[in-house]
Parts: sequence; structure tokens; C-alpha cells
Amino acid sequence: MSEFTWQTVCKVSDINKNTGVCALHNGEQVAIFKVGNDDQLFALQNFEPFGEANVLSRGIVGDVDGQLVVASPLYKQQYSLESGKCLEDESVILQTYMVRQQDGQVQLKV
Amino acid sequence: MGVSPQIQEKQKIIVVGNGMVGHKYIETLIEHPDYANFQIITFSEEPRLAYDRVQLSAYFDGKTEQDLMMTSEDYYDEHGVQYIIKDKVSNIDKTAKTITTESGRVESYDKLILATGSFPFVPPIPGKDQEHCLVYRTIEDLENIKASASQSKVGVVVGGGLLGLECAKALHSLNLESHVVEFAPRLMAVQLDEGGGELLRTKIEDLGVTVHTEKNTTEIVAGEECRYRMNFADGTFVETDMIVFSAGIRPQDELARAFDIEIGPRGGIVIDDNCVTSDEDIYAIGECALWDGKIFGLVAPGYTMAKAAVSHLTGGDVQFKGADMSTKLKLMGVDVASIGDAHARTEGALTYTYINEAEGVYKRLIVSEDTTTLLGAVLVGDTEAYGTLLPMMLEKMELPEAPEVLILPAIDGESGGALGVNALPDSAQICSCHDVSKGDIIEAVQGGCSDVGGLKSCTKAGTGCGGCVTMMGQVLNAELEKMGVEVNNNICEHFEYSRQELFDIIRAKKIKTFDELLEQYGSGHGCMTCKPAVGSMLATYWNEYILSDDHIQLQDTNDIFLANMQKDGTYSVVPRVPAGEIKPKDLIVLGQIGEKYNLYTKITGGVRIDFFGAQLHELPLIWSELVEAGFETGHAYGKSLRTVKSCVGSTWCRFGMLDSVSMAVKLEMRYKGLRAPHKVKMGVSGCTRECAEAQGKDIGVIATDKGWNLYVCGNGGMKPRHADLFASDLDDETLVKYIDRVLMFYTRTADRLQRTSTWMDNMEGGLDYLKSVVIDDKLNIGAELEADMERVVDTYECEWKKTLNSPERLKRFAHFINSDATDDRLAYEADRGQQRARIAAPEVRAAKAKGEEIKAVEV
Repeated sequence: MSEFTWQTVCKVSDINKNTGVCALHNGEQVAIFKVGNDDQLFALQNFEPFGEANVLSRGIVGDVDGQLVVASPLYKQQYSLESGKCLEDESVILQTYMVRQQDGQVQLKV
Repeated sequence: MGVSPQIQEKQKIIVVGNGMVGHKYIETLIEHPDYANFQIITFSEEPRLAYDRVQLSAYFDGKTEQDLMMTSEDYYDEHGVQYIIKDKVSNIDKTAKTITTESGRVESYDKLILATGSFPFVPPIPGKDQEHCLVYRTIEDLENIKASASQSKVGVVVGGGLLGLECAKALHSLNLESHVVEFAPRLMAVQLDEGGGELLRTKIEDLGVTVHTEKNTTEIVAGEECRYRMNFADGTFVETDMIVFSAGIRPQDELARAFDIEIGPRGGIVIDDNCVTSDEDIYAIGECALWDGKIFGLVAPGYTMAKAAVSHLTGGDVQFKGADMSTKLKLMGVDVASIGDAHARTEGALTYTYINEAEGVYKRLIVSEDTTTLLGAVLVGDTEAYGTLLPMMLEKMELPEAPEVLILPAIDGESGGALGVNALPDSAQICSCHDVSKGDIIEAVQGGCSDVGGLKSCTKAGTGCGGCVTMMGQVLNAELEKMGVEVNNNICEHFEYSRQELFDIIRAKKIKTFDELLEQYGSGHGCMTCKPAVGSMLATYWNEYILSDDHIQLQDTNDIFLANMQKDGTYSVVPRVPAGEIKPKDLIVLGQIGEKYNLYTKITGGVRIDFFGAQLHELPLIWSELVEAGFETGHAYGKSLRTVKSCVGSTWCRFGMLDSVSMAVKLEMRYKGLRAPHKVKMGVSGCTRECAEAQGKDIGVIATDKGWNLYVCGNGGMKPRHADLFASDLDDETLVKYIDRVLMFYTRTADRLQRTSTWMDNMEGGLDYLKSVVIDDKLNIGAELEADMERVVDTYECEWKKTLNSPERLKRFAHFINSDATDDRLAYEADRGQQRARIAAPEVRAAKAKGEEIKAVEV
């Protein structure tokens, strides 16, 4: 638990506000979202389990009852950006990743 | 060919006459659970099966014979109904139970149904049998009128009743100088009182039709200026080239009369409450039948008789107990309604009258001596109260203390006392065309119908004349409220406004971004519902680049990469091919691109070319080649104009009336890029054969010999809907003007993801209302709508061209932000010589995919 290694993915400014991008991270596809005026970052698996395709980074970001979510661009299931939980089917939980801003860079935990 | 024993056991029913009522009888029997026990044969002396005689004058507004048909050979074939047209039943043998036709055909029957209808009464005026002296009842009559009109300048209709005025409208639309000659002192003497008749006359004369009342025609002789002169008993005359008699109907009882079935003293086949005649195996229904000494010359009582006759045959207990002859209609654009005792003939009857000369409105209530019950009403110019007044009269409901409030106009938003639907009992009839009661509607709402469109498809209410749609909406809302369903058309949790209200805010406050709108009028971050909806509205109104920093977060799955996402996350690419017209060299370019990028290639339903399987990073490469070759984006990904489909038209086709391809190109180039609540499709056909299937499109245009007919709000898709004829014989300029207005009004007022067809189905006032907004400019927004459209047209730019010129934007077209690698999950297999996506688990996905939002997915 002591030491995290962080890997830089891109610049914060490379991501449009309230949209996502996909990063290749240790061989995995990770969707990173930048939300709100304070540039909050979230990272989830890019694989969308209902549509079975690597597309989650291309979904619309918003909120449902105050909870930040991204909607699948394929069949519109919504996932909590914080927890990865699917709002329509609680048995489905997406992998989340630790993400941070450092000197204007977006970094994922290795 | 053997006859199976079951068929022999069937009861054989012969229906003489295949008009609206004869067909209704057949349809009712087909829908009966015991239909298998019956075999139907129907005869028609006309050369076609049943058609809508009520809508006859629409034939002159561009409706075709096909539009008027109420049934089809296919329908009869499917249900084993034998039909014999152009053969008249001329003989009945009641003892042997057989009939014989003019052509000598003999058929036996178990039950015989006479639905022979009526014939037009022609007064015995000397000279009435000459050429160009016609009647108005069948499609053949209309053809004769059309032929005669083409050789005439002036036309007279004898008879100022309902049908006569319909016919005058027809002559007027054939560009004749038109006259109506009426024996009585006023128009529609049966339905209207003096005041109502007088106002109707003024309104009709304003339209350019001359009305002559109290004229008794004594002879028709050769004219001086025109073909004929009609001399009247009072010494005056009118000259005309043609005459149409529409002076009432007489029951067609000739057959029954000849074979000793009881006939009334003034004609009509006598029937009882079961519609049985003096012969127990013979029924009579419709206008040929005489019940309680009365002939019913409207279609609704005929339908009730048909149902009663079927009920009696099948052991049911529905009977015909007379019919209310109240009526509401639009004559030459004038709203007219008559309820119950319109002439105040009841002893002691009192009346209340409201006259507004400025707006041309006349309303009169006839109430009982003690002013507690409604006996009748006359409404001209404003018939909105009809829906509440009719059930009040029929149900003998208690009137408000001051009955006059029922006809007084609303002041300061207070409704003029029109009681509202809550006051109606459940038995009150809401839709008279399809006999749907308030109770039926409530039941449908409780069963889950939550909008007017849904009610229409599940109860049929509002799908006849459409006059009851407003009331349906009121019953619906009242019931939803009772059920505790909050009637809330807010777009989503982030905005307490409907789409239409948001659009008004954007226009009025000149709002240009989502964040601005959210900050001032909403809350939270927005969601997948409001974001694309607002994105679409901003694009409709301001037409800014949708991938700009301000707008990119709003764009849905397809718009955000200007391509349609497929099931595996790859995209399809559709360049615009306006009207489907394409140069061979451009086809070659498309072929080369498809081959180079190994794209599955298909011609779409909208007759353009679709490439599938393009990966995100390939989109700019493919599009730069397309743009280089002169192609533009086809907006296949947008809620916007897709294609304008066309037939080849008059430039090549032997039958083409006008150049449909040029018009389709013109429309496609004008409206390309217009963002709308949902996708918009159009079609242009060069003639009535309709090869472009324009009547299945949001906007359909069909060439006639006089110009373009415009159809609106059609749809293929999940629930097909034929487009409604909106206007006829338009020139190019007017056509474009009307389309501009219809489309812009749609973009302003529709709900999100609402196609024009459901928009129309849910519109209060329906087609007539849309016409009044677009053609008559009732809301005084015509010029504004056109200006809004002009701005969209002027600011058009190809989104792909713009994107290719912006390196910043192109960065997003990569699968990974931090690598040039591509998605390793994509896999393909070959099929019929092309590759197709392999990631497929359709059952699993269908089972897993949830909720109504799926409907929004564009595939």
C-alpha cells in the first residue's frame, strides 16, 4: 500500500470538457472522463458489457439524481463514474481505475 | 374442384350493394368470433368496391380513387368474401331464396342483406335531361363533372344542403364561376336556423360562390351568354354552362319494391329494430331502409344498422333504436354544427344567441322551457362547443344555472363555462365516427395509453373526422390526473421545461450554449436526454458547428464522430447523393474507396451508398478522399434531413408529369443539414404512380398535371402512417414556402425524438390546425419561420469538410489518446464476398438491453 506509480496518459487539455477519451494502459483499454468546471477526472473500463464493444469513452456524460454517470453509446445503459455500477442492472459493475491530475497531465495508477 | 362439407354447412349471406354501409356489415361480420360459420357474397353495380362517399369532394383536391377506397380485393380475398362488381341484382325469389343478376348469375342465400343506398333526387324540371346536367354521388359522377367542367366556365349546383355545398366546393376548386340555387329561404335548411344559415351564406359568398335562395327553377333552356339558362318562377334567371343536381336523396328501394317487400308510403324499405324487413330472411340497412317512418341520410346511423343486423344474425342483442342526426362539419372552410332540435320546434323552447359579426361567429342554444336541459344548438364559424354540447343534449344532463356561458367566448383565460370533460358521464360519446365513449377512453388510459397518439391507435377515436381530438386530450389529462400520474412534459430532471418551452427560451433569450441554458434555466450536469435535445435545438436555431468546444459534449453517439456507430464500435459512412442522382465517375470513386479501406458496402433504403466497418481513425482518411472527390456529408448520423428519394420523372419516364429529380435535388440541397427533433425523410414522385413512395415520408411531393401536391407527416418505420394531403397543385415557390414553414414549425413544437407522424397525431386540431398555421398564417409567424429556415440554408457548411480543416478536432479520431494502436477486439468474417462484423450475440444483447431509450438507438 505504500507507493503508487503513476503513468501519464495525456494532457488535461487534450480532453474536451464533459467528454471522454480512451487510453491504452498496461494493455487494457481505459475510458477517462473530464467533468465539470473543475475538471474532475474519472476512469472506467472502456469495454461496455451489454453491447460487448470497446466504446464507453464515447458516451454522454451527465448526472442522474446527483450521481455522475456516463451513458453507453450503444444501448444507453448508464454507469456511475465513481463506482462503475450500472444504474439499470446493479449486478453489473465496471472496473474503475485511479486517475489524477499532475502538472496539467492526466495520470493513471499503474 | 370439390366443395368441402364445412363450406356447405356455412350460412350463405348475400350483401346487395357494396357501399360504405354494405362494407361495414361485411367488416363487422368478419370481425365477429363466429365468422367461420358464414360465407359472404357481395354485389356492386359500380365498377369498384366500397369507397368513402363522405369524402367525395376531396377527389377534386387531389385525392385519388385509391385514397378514397375503404376496402380492397386483398382484404376480401383474405377473408374468403366473394365480390362481384359491375353486376346488378335484378331479381329476388323469396320462396326459393335465390337472387338473379342482370348478367344472369343465380345465387342462393340463407340471409339477404339489402344495402342498396340511395340515388340523387332530380326535380322534374323540363330540360333536366340534357348534356351537362349531372348528379353527384359516385366516382363516375365526379369524372363526368370534371369532364363537363373542362368545357365550361360557369356551373350551378341545384340544392343548398350539405351535399350541394360540398359539390359547390368541388366546382369552385375546378375554377368555375359557381352558383348555388336553393328552393328554401336559406342554406342547409334542415340543419340550420335563419341566423346560422345567413352567416353561412355570407361566408360562402365571400369565397366567391354566388348563392340564390328561394328560387324555384321552372325550366332549363338554351342560354345567350352560356350553354343554358335556368328560368325561375319569380321571373329571374341565371345562365350557366353546366348544372349539378344535389337536391336530396331518395332510397334505392326499387328491387325490394319489385319483389313485394314492404315499402313505406314515400319510399324506403320498412325495417324493425333488428333491421329485418317484412321478409324474415331479408334485412335492409343504410339509406335504403325506413325505420319508424324515417330515412337516415348519414353514414353513422347506417353503420349502427349494419352492426344491429350482424348482431341479430349472430344471436346478439344490439338493436337499431334510431339515431341522433346532429352533425358537425367543415363546408368550404366554414365550421358548421347542428345539434338536436336546431329549429326550436319543441313546445315552450327558449333560446340563447351569441353573434359576433367581426369574427363571423353565430351560436344559438335551444333549451327546455325551464332552462334545465339542452334541446339543440346551431353553431357556425366556431364549433368548438359541439363536443360538450352534444353529450349534454343526448344525456339530458342538467344545464348550468346560466346556460349562456356554454356559448360565450372565453374572457381573460376563464373558459366560457364550457363545463369541461369531467362533467360528462362515462357513456358520453366522444368520437362519433367510431362510436367511442368517454368510458372507452378512460379504460384505454387505465390500460396504459398515455398520449393522444396512443389512444388513437388503441381506440380508433379521433381517426375519422378528427373533430374530437381536443376532447380526447382533455379526457386523457383528466384521467391521468385522477390516476395520480403527474402530467409533466418536462424534458428531464435537469430542466423543468418541455422541449417546446426550451426552444422558445433559446429563441427569445438568444441563448447559444448548453452551459448558458443550464446555468440560467436548469440544474445539475445535464444527461443523455437533455443534452442531445438541446444540442439539436441550438443547431436548428443557430446552425453552428456541432463539434465546437461548446457543443461537442452534447452530441449523441453518432453526431459526436459524424458517423453512425455500429454494434462493434466501428462506424458507417454515407456521403450525400442528392435525390439519388450520381455521375458514373463518382460511383467509381466510391467503389475505389470501399475497396481501399475494405469496407462492407451496401445501397441503403434511402438509395445511397453506405460503407460499414470504418474504424475511428479511418474516418478522416476516408472522408478526405470523399471530400476531395466533391462529396459532402450525408447526415446519416444526424436527427436531420436524410434523403430526398425521387423517381426519374418527366425527363425520361413516359408517364412523368414534372421533373421530380430536379425538384428532389432542389429540396435536398435546401434542407440538408437542418437539425430537427428527429430524422426527416422526403420523397418526390413525378406522377401519381408514386414510384418514390413519397406518401410514406415526412414530406412527400407528387407531381400532377397542374403542379405539385404536398403531403406531410408520413412515416414508414415501426408504425407506418400515410402522409396527409396538405395542399394541391402548388407552384415551385409556394411548395418550398409551405415546406419551410411546416419543417420549422415542427422543429419548434415537436417533442424530442418525435417524428412528424406522431407530432401530427398528437397535435390539437390536427391537419386543419397545421394548415391554418402554415397556409392561412393564423399565428402570424409565417415570415418568421421562413426567415429561420433561410438562415439555416444560408449558413450551411459540410461538417466533414470543416472537421478535416481542423487539426485540433481530428485528434479525437483515434481509438487511443496515447497510442496509435487500434481496437484489438474487432474481428470480421466473410459473407457473400464481403466482410462483416463478427461480434454478434443478438439474443443476449436484446435480453440485456433495457428501457425505452433503446428506441432512440439509430442502427
